Amino acid sequence: MKDLTFGTLLAVFEEIFGPGLFWAMVIAAVLVTVAYLYVMIRDRSVSWRKFLLAQLSMPLGAIAAVWFVLAVTSSKLSDLGGPVDVIVFLGIAVAGAVGTAILVYTAQSLLRRSSVE
Amino acid sequence: MTKLKTNRRQFFGLAAGGAAAMAVTVPKAALSQVATKARIVIIGAGAGGTALANRLAIRLSGAQITLLDQRAEHIYQPGLSLVAAGLKPAGYVTSKTTDWLPDGVTLIAEAAAAIDPEVKTVTTASGQSLPYDFLVVAPGLVLDHDAIEGFSLDMVGKNGIGALYAGPQYAAATWAAAKAYTETGGVGLFTRPATEMKCAGAPLKHTFLIEDIARSAGTRGKLDIQYMANNDALFGVPIVSEKVRMLFGDRGIAPQYSHVLRAIDAGAKTAIFDTPTGPVTRDYDYIHVIPPQRAPEVIRQSGLSWADKWTDQGWVECDKASLRHLRYPDIWALGDVAGVPKGKTAASVKWQVPVVEDGLIAAMTGTEPVLTYNGYTSCPMITRVGRAMLVEFDYNNNLTPSFPGIIAPLEELWISWLMKEVALKPTYNAMLRGRA
Repeated sequence: MKDLTFGTLLAVFEEIFGPGLFWAMVIAAVLVTVAYLYVMIRDRSVSWRKFLLAQLSMPLGAIAAVWFVLAVTSSKLSDLGGPVDVIVFLGIAVAGAVGTAILVYTAQSLLRRSSVE
Repeated sequence: MTKLKTNRRQFFGLAAGGAAAMAVTVPKAALSQVATKARIVIIGAGAGGTALANRLAIRLSGAQITLLDQRAEHIYQPGLSLVAAGLKPAGYVTSKTTDWLPDGVTLIAEAAAAIDPEVKTVTTASGQSLPYDFLVVAPGLVLDHDAIEGFSLDMVGKNGIGALYAGPQYAAATWAAAKAYTETGGVGLFTRPATEMKCAGAPLKHTFLIEDIARSAGTRGKLDIQYMANNDALFGVPIVSEKVRMLFGDRGIAPQYSHVLRAIDAGAKTAIFDTPTGPVTRDYDYIHVIPPQRAPEVIRQSGLSWADKWTDQGWVECDKASLRHLRYPDIWALGDVAGVPKGKTAASVKWQVPVVEDGLIAAMTGTEPVLTYNGYTSCPMITRVGRAMLVEFDYNNNLTPSFPGIIAPLEELWISWLMKEVALKPTYNAMLRGRA
């Protein structure tokens, strides 16, 4: 890979998804993150009830992320061939899990203003 | 948390400020523009010509850049192997030539008919004369199908004949023939020419993919798969050739060395190969034809070719580090047509384009060029659906891994397949736009 700069990566991701979808996804990710930080600051504490549901959703997010990547790349689990493959695989699962947890927690917080603990 | 006192408005203000700070740190084009009145003609709007035109449009102001290409369709050639294995539709590899060209560049939709390097003009097919100050020849290469006796492109897709190099529709037709072969079985002959060729990994990829598809379908036992090497190696880089030999052993693919396809008889389903001990006739149920490859006739007629190397192929005589013509310093070669020992892949073009750009700008400004091309060539060598080896090498047959210690070059990996599947075409497209 020649000149793997931030600009190159942006260009590549724009080409993968199309500029419209890519930036929409970036904005969506930023909005969810901002909303998450907002509810954290607003509530001044972590709601463990909401966090429990968020945690329970994590395996689903992990499986969904892995399934998505395998499906769009005509791959199967048995194609994992080396340590770096396992790391990438786990990375995808963790990203899916954490993303889903943040999304679920934030959605609950925004929809139910202050639940009784 | 009680120490961080913000109200809602302040909070969103902070968030917006952060986003704005991110936006301004995105790097902009770092190099300053060069003012010039130079007339630059680029023959060919393929991967090399298009990427160079975009980069020059960014770097130069006032230059008159003219591209010459008769094809309305741009082909993403690295995708043809995937089309010929039924993994992508034919449309995956096609786009319009004009989709990729920047403003301020003139496209003449004609082929170059003649080049006069002494008078410094290019004549188009319709007779239009284009004087130039600098010329970049990037017309690609010609697939010499007529050189295979008894073969013509209308045979592709029927009676067990494939030819994926010929273009998207032929790659799709190749899959029709190859798919039928994976169902009915028999002898499969996977050939490659004895000339220089674009992506010498593609004949191997096709072999590996058809083997794997038959294996997955449960019909592998019916297939006798033979790879017809043009010489005594399976790949030009010795260490890669050895690895492929081992993989072939593992997959039950039989290598036949020094078998160069000369003729086929589609009715009788036989093929004649030139071998060191004379012609050999072989029966086949499926044959993949890759014809000899040569520089376009206009290059060979204009006196730009090597006189003492590749005399049957006509590649442009150029310095292998600068890609500048050895006899005409106003001319550069780019891409498949360049007479250099490696580098007929899209990845090579990605490395070559900045070198040619640097050479052109140095020539315009009277400075010394700083960039050189080391022969970098890359091939995501697909070894089955879902795995590939990210093989990268240079003129000296050294492996030049982009991710040393992370992505092993001679290991069959899923991540290398992911790169081919997901990242390669976007990277290629970004390159076309001059952004990668």
